[in-house]
Amino acid sequence: MIPPHGGKLVERVDFSERVKEEARELPKINIGIDEARDLGNIGHGVFSPLEGYMSREDFENVLDEGRLANDLPWTIPIVLDVDREEIGKILEGDEVTLMYENMPIAILKVEEIYPYDKKEYAQKIFRTTRIEHPGVVNIMKRRDHLVGGKITLVNNPPTNFERYKLWPKETRILFKEKGWKTVVGFQTRNAPHVGHEYVQKTALTFVDGLFINPLIGKKKKGDFKDEVIIAAYEALFKHYYPKNSATLGILETEMRYAGPREAIFHAIMRKNFGCTHFIVGRDHAGVGNFYGPYEAQEIFYEYPDLGITPLFFRSFFYCKKCGSVVNEKICPHGPEHHITFSGTKIREMLIRGEKPPELMMRPEVAEVILQFDNPFVE
Amino acid sequence: MAEDKEKKYTTVSIPTPLFKKIEERIKGTGFTSVSSYVTYVLREIIAEDEESEEPFTKEDEERVKERLRALGYLD
Repeated sequence: MIPPHGGKLVERVDFSERVKEEARELPKINIGIDEARDLGNIGHGVFSPLEGYMSREDFENVLDEGRLANDLPWTIPIVLDVDREEIGKILEGDEVTLMYENMPIAILKVEEIYPYDKKEYAQKIFRTTRIEHPGVVNIMKRRDHLVGGKITLVNNPPTNFERYKLWPKETRILFKEKGWKTVVGFQTRNAPHVGHEYVQKTALTFVDGLFINPLIGKKKKGDFKDEVIIAAYEALFKHYYPKNSATLGILETEMRYAGPREAIFHAIMRKNFGCTHFIVGRDHAGVGNFYGPYEAQEIFYEYPDLGITPLFFRSFFYCKKCGSVVNEKICPHGPEHHITFSGTKIREMLIRGEKPPELMMRPEVAEVILQFDNPFVE
Repeated sequence: MAEDKEKKYTTVSIPTPLFKKIEERIKGTGFTSVSSYVTYVLREIIAEDEESEEPFTKEDEERVKERLRALGYLD
């Protein structure tokens, strides 16, 4: 089994009544659902080797080097922002309870409270400070200080998708039980079209198992809603995927739209789930024209010590001359013969209530999507 | 801050002929210095030794398998 990132699967969970009682007595900080989900990810090791929110040293090192202070690859800050006045008398060394809608989610041992420069954060992570970038907007809305410290998860964050909610310990045992020594992870925030299916199945041809791992959480306007993604994949699995070599489980965290840096982050999380390989397609985790189409692949060459093998794919399309789904590497014919799997076109058809052609999207998948009044985030 | 950043790096001595060979080798590649090349190679080597301790107890494993069966992941 592939080692978790940093060598040890973090498990910072204590669901005992004693600790829950203790959590009720402590000073409290209210958090939103995205923070609650990421506390689950820390506690259950999705973010291994992180045991809590980043210290200033780790935070600055991630910004400057794309690595933790101990040199381990890590590209996205995992931080809790607070208003210095709002947290009042809480000091370094104190314990506080992080509350989501009156439910204690975790106890945080405050090790550091530090200011940060939002523009520097945005520039280094997103390579831009333009407010047209949804990740930049998100950073600019945050409060002015960050808190670093280890956490103990006392309750799992709520989920609407319990059926597909798996933690790394569970996926690792699942892969072992299935006898999969090599597993390829697929990150997605889309309902699948035929191009996605071909990428996934091409990768699966070379490994034992395929782990489709849709990202559930805050997304931008126009993205597919979470429940639509799940329903669409259920249809695809039912009709077109081999049960013994493909499986579906969700990852609940927000999209950052950090392009290349987020691609590394996505790969690390899948390594923690037990994947040995990770698919990186065109403009992975990108938005608009902020990143070049293959920058998210190129960044992997800076991380020889990542510990998970990226599989790079160019876009797939249907070639009328070849009579099959191909990509530019294997098709000699010109673009006049190609039908691309344009996400925008598919989206427009679905909005009009039309079923995209079978060459673009499986009819069973399209039918499921069309059952939703509005399948897209508003 | 600048002083802190300097502390993140240290010096390692390598034979001058080796240094010159590396200088030649990285010409026309993405590596901007001998240091960046040596760092890359060493990181690659160190990562190969990454080891993992077995994190699961028998009870853990049984409990997880039960959930996986209940969810339909295992028969």
